[in-house]
Amino acid sequence: MRFRLTEDQRALRDGVRGLLARRFDRAALRAAVDRPGRLDRALWRELGAAGFFALRLPEADGGVGLGLPETVLAFEEAGRALLPGPLVATHLAAGRVPGAAEGETVVAAVDAGGLVEWLTEADVVCGEVGGAVPLRSVDPLTPLHRVPGASAAADPVAVLLTAAEQLGTATRACELAVQHARAREQFGQPIGAFQAVKHLCAELLVRVEVARAAVYAAAVTADPVDIAAARLLADEAAVGGARDCLQVHGGMGFTWEADVHLLLKRAWLRTRRAGGGTESEELLAADLLSGGGR
Amino acid sequence: MDLADSPEDAEFRARLREWLGKVLPTLPPKPSPDDWPGRRAYDLGWQRTLYDAGYADVHWQASPGVRLIFLEETEKAGAPYVGAGFVGLLHAGPTIAAEGTAEQRARWLPPILRGEEVWCQGFSEPDAGSDLAALRTRAWRDGDDYVVSGSKIWTSHAEVADWCELLVRTDPAAPKHQGITWLAMPMDAPGITVRPLRTLAGSAEFAEVFLDEVRVPVTHRVGEENDGWRVTMVTLSFERGTAFVGEVVACRRVLGELAVEARRNGRWDDPVLRRRLGALNAEFRALWRLTQWNVSEAEAKGGLPGVGGSVFKLRYSQARQELYDTAADVLGDESLDTDRPWVHDRLSSLSYTIAAGTSQIQRNIVAERILGLPKGR
Ligand SMILES: Cc1cc2nc3c(=O)[nH]c(=O)nc-3n(C[C@H](O)[C@H](O)[C@H](O)COP(=O)(O)OP(=O)(O)OC[C@H]3O[C@@H](n4cnc5c(N)ncnc54)[C@H](O)[C@@H]3O)c2cc1C
Repeated sequence: MRFRLTEDQRALRDGVRGLLARRFDRAALRAAVDRPGRLDRALWRELGAAGFFALRLPEADGGVGLGLPETVLAFEEAGRALLPGPLVATHLAAGRVPGAAEGETVVAAVDAGGLVEWLTEADVVCGEVGGAVPLRSVDPLTPLHRVPGASAAADPVAVLLTAAEQLGTATRACELAVQHARAREQFGQPIGAFQAVKHLCAELLVRVEVARAAVYAAAVTADPVDIAAARLLADEAAVGGARDCLQVHGGMGFTWEADVHLLLKRAWLRTRRAGGGTESEELLAADLLSGGGR
Repeated sequence: MDLADSPEDAEFRARLREWLGKVLPTLPPKPSPDDWPGRRAYDLGWQRTLYDAGYADVHWQASPGVRLIFLEETEKAGAPYVGAGFVGLLHAGPTIAAEGTAEQRARWLPPILRGEEVWCQGFSEPDAGSDLAALRTRAWRDGDDYVVSGSKIWTSHAEVADWCELLVRTDPAAPKHQGITWLAMPMDAPGITVRPLRTLAGSAEFAEVFLDEVRVPVTHRVGEENDGWRVTMVTLSFERGTAFVGEVVACRRVLGELAVEARRNGRWDDPVLRRRLGALNAEFRALWRLTQWNVSEAEAKGGLPGVGGSVFKLRYSQARQELYDTAADVLGDESLDTDRPWVHDRLSSLSYTIAAGTSQIQRNIVAERILGLPKGR
């Protein structure tokens, strides 16, 4: 057992982080907020060229030939950068929908829970979308439709990649909170010197670290029960993290200007994707009776 | 990232499992929780059994794989817990191994491993708990001895201990972190009075220890005089970093038992309770993964467990309390009957957010030492 990132995995993570820092920095994020509902196709193709969608596709089929752990690391970075778009759906379509792997085709999908992200912007939509009704999405960076009467069981890979995105967003929330706590002064000192603030930040980190261990382990085992656990903890880390980050930011956190609301809204949205909440809890409960707790 | 056993680890696991299967049925019955001499004898007997089979030093093994496999397999098999051996095996011993001289290691480590000597921890004082460096127990040099006077409190297992890892103030004039020294004190030395304290669970698990001019040879000092705070940090890193990890496996076993009990008594049909059990399953799975992660990271860095132990301790202490609160909901009215299983565990779980550094102190450590937030008041 060596449960830590390999050199290659670190390099891959840093590579994705670097690409996103160059191509989707804060200015790009805010520009995207000002242009809701439109996807940056050039960036999508760049992600495709970098292998983002084809990470798990065998090399023989033109893919990168890596595994779930590497994919999880890439999706974590996407979540950290709040990268918009139907990332999970397009990734899952690679090798099945022409152009998906290369980032030429934007693929949306009907989630097992009946929601579709980026329906109108997508080139291809997987699933039955008759009667789709648009929602005024709470997340300015994710257009949404509801489809009546959906549901197949959730794909465990989709559940895990959602968890990875949540983990990334939770990490970002922790980073932003700590940054602000160091910089903002009140009563003549940085607010991070106050224990009440310090303890919020500590809890942010604890949730991130617990979620990280769960998400990475699930990527290694690919076991549906591990994936359910990872999803629960990552949802908690992302939503709880964004809330605490907002609290640390005070009044500024409640403004449209600050990025905190973008983190929270995206985290909320992902919790509604199939495989979270009750569904995972029931799966984990059933596992206890089948002896899985031991 | 790899979670699979290496071939050597797999072999170790198989051998250990087979051995446990043979030896566990031959163990004497467990003593009652209040019978401390009985518990001492039982726990040391188990350690001796491990020693004879070549498993005694497993907690000190370099290989993290082996160590976690040991904890996992012994817990799953329902083997005895370290019990009275806790301090010696899990933090005093490792501290001496890391900081002691060759003679000190030769003197103290083998008896711990052979299950001959029990250690206790004399850190806390009535006026120095969270603010450990505020300790006031004094020690001054007299020839080849330190003479120690003062008092310690909440000392677990003091009644049955042979040795105490003791913090004393050797330089009252120095700034408070600088005048401290780490000593190994024999518990049978003249001048020591142990007064058991009753815990909220009803047992006498810890004690007050009064020290009246107790003589401790200078050769019993681990580390330099007045450099005890640094040695203490080593001890605490073991205590927070690795001493609790085996218990996570035990919690997972309890969770499985709770599900079975809930199914038997019909409470399983309550979706709220069932989902709480499911969420706890996620929690303890993740805590086990975090353990594997921390241990792998520590190994890669080639050293002591880091402050990451505080992250683990914070979450684990809370999860353990939630586990036994949930157990109470599974039991219903029976949770008010101390003869029922899990009720005593629920009571003792209340100490987890206090002992070995309170949750508030752990949060300070995480915020200041990992996140780099400024120290404040
Ligand atoms: C079951 C059990 C076994 C123990 N065994 C041992 C043992 O074997 N050896 C030993 O030496 N000690 C032992 N202890 C003592 C334990 O380490 C102390 O109880 C603990 O460190 C807290 O110190 P205290 O009790 O003095 O509480 P205090 O320090 O008085 O704390 C009281 C409250 O104030 C809070 N507080 C204190 N300072 C701060 C701060 N700076 N910021 C925020 N909040 C703060 C604490 O979090 C706590 O909530 C044991 C304790 C228990 C419960």
